[in-house]
Amino acid sequence: MLEKIDRALGGREPDGDGLASSGVIADVAGIANRRSPWEAVQLARNIQRPHSQELIGLVFDRFQELHGDRGFGDDPAVIAGLADLGGRSVVVVAQQKGSSTEENIARSFGMPHPEGYRKAIRLFRLAEKFGLPVITFIDTPGAHPGPEAEERGQAEAIARSIQVMGELEAPVVAVVIGEGGSGGALALGVGDVVLMMQNAVYSVISPEGCAAILWRSASEAERAAKALRGAGPDLLELGVIDGLVPEPEGGAHTDRQAVAAGLRRALVAQLDRLASVPLSDLLAARYDRYREIGSFADPSAAAAEKAKPWWRRALGKAGL
Amino acid sequence: MRLRVPFVKRSESAQHLWTQCPHCGEMLFNKQLARNLNVCTKCEHHFRVGARERIEQLADRASFAEIDPTLVSMDPLGFVDQKPYPARIAESQAKTAERDAVVCGDATIGGHPVTLAAMEFSFMGGSMGTVVGEKLARAAEHARDGRRGLVIVSASGGARMQEGTIALMQLVKTVAAVTRHGKAGLPFVSVLTDPTTGGVLASYASLGDVILAEPGALIGFSGARVTSSTIGAELPEGFQRAEFLLRHGFVDQVVPRAQLRDRIAFFLGAFSRPAREMRWGV
Ligand SMILES: [Zn+2]
Repeated sequence: MLEKIDRALGGREPDGDGLASSGVIADVAGIANRRSPWEAVQLARNIQRPHSQELIGLVFDRFQELHGDRGFGDDPAVIAGLADLGGRSVVVVAQQKGSSTEENIARSFGMPHPEGYRKAIRLFRLAEKFGLPVITFIDTPGAHPGPEAEERGQAEAIARSIQVMGELEAPVVAVVIGEGGSGGALALGVGDVVLMMQNAVYSVISPEGCAAILWRSASEAERAAKALRGAGPDLLELGVIDGLVPEPEGGAHTDRQAVAAGLRRALVAQLDRLASVPLSDLLAARYDRYREIGSFADPSAAAAEKAKPWWRRALGKAGL
Repeated sequence: MRLRVPFVKRSESAQHLWTQCPHCGEMLFNKQLARNLNVCTKCEHHFRVGARERIEQLADRASFAEIDPTLVSMDPLGFVDQKPYPARIAESQAKTAERDAVVCGDATIGGHPVTLAAMEFSFMGGSMGTVVGEKLARAAEHARDGRRGLVIVSASGGARMQEGTIALMQLVKTVAAVTRHGKAGLPFVSVLTDPTTGGVLASYASLGDVILAEPGALIGFSGARVTSSTIGAELPEGFQRAEFLLRHGFVDQVVPRAQLRDRIAFFLGAFSRPAREMRWGV
């Protein structure tokens, strides 16, 4: 996917995508000790793991938070604001889990309400207006499932955020830093470049939820985690994400400074690269990035191809 | 994200001649029920209808021409729960005679050219995996190229778990495609039927220029079971029903099935007559 952007730039040397040179793992072969999906789920949920607020403090030079969606309220599960990154102004939008039970309650365990997504949308539009790149940090078990969230249009808020990010006239880099829980995570996850921390997870449903439905038993969560293939290396192999930001052996919480430094390097490299891509190319590549995810078969297209006379097929192969 | 919604089975008794209405208990003569668009003649309970029947109800007679009928799912994750995913697909294909959970094609509705898509809930709960995402994106792109309106009738439990995060990415794909269609100045009417939940509601289905819902349809993001366990209490009567969304401002109208075709035609017509004399400045 990144190659497409680079092609738009008129060809590049090897590592033109700036991933490997900034320390990002762009090939699973580069992972020495690949963790099981269930281990990744545990690491991603570890309460000691550095969460958005801490990472923002370590990664960016300055950060000023902006509050409120201008419609209903301010959602503490979403932190948004302006920051400085290597001399560049950026808009940062992040989901915030707590690092203690009290903070988790105050932050709804990182589960945004619709006003959280609408605050995000407001900040995305701000970035577009002033030509600033957007960086998002994703860390949520999912969008809040409560009745108030339904009343205020949780689904519409998520859909709208996906729509706005998809067509935003500004570069967007999204990073899953911990738990990427379904549509509530994806609502901040549409970008030109999507990265994950090495032990982050990103899935359509939680392993527990999946197990409860398909195995009719939440205790099968470990098997469900394996089946869902939502660990970083899996998603890199499946082409859903572009790279993994390395974590130390014991997980991100064992060396927070090193993790933040790695993340900063990766973000700076990607913003440098995206800054030189014309917006129209960026938007076209972003559309194609998602358009191409997924595999299907079309037997009739294959049959139609076979039914063509041999000389027409040969012409097709020769690119005529 | 896919939610479990109890499948209302027609309890077929008396040589498959009668169906009992799950809402009022009335025994309905099947032929009469079909003539009434599968709406209970006594209490107006809207039974679920399949994709082909829906298209027949909405498209002008003999106007429907299917596009992309042959796309089939792969198994990108090698997903196995109690059964392998390919076996579940094969089962659904045998049960529904569809290849996946959506049927798309060109049609006219009240004479207006549209690309029309209808989801098949009895195919794996109408869940959206790659094939549904791809077909809907193609439908929107095709409608844009042909300058047609877009009508999508949703009936889905959400994203298809068996395709994992790849299924989640179909939300982006479908949203981006209907957005491009909309930017070309073309109308998108989103019809929400029982049930429309999870990732389908959290993507293209919530982005129609006009959003219509059928009476009593279950429409929501989170499963009611999850929601009620979150608050530790029973949910209020009518929670996540079409009328609840109307009250909270997330659908434009709740339209009885018998009026749906004319209502869609009205909006398509209204949007296709721009006031040409309207100009900015001189
Ligand atoms: Zn009835």
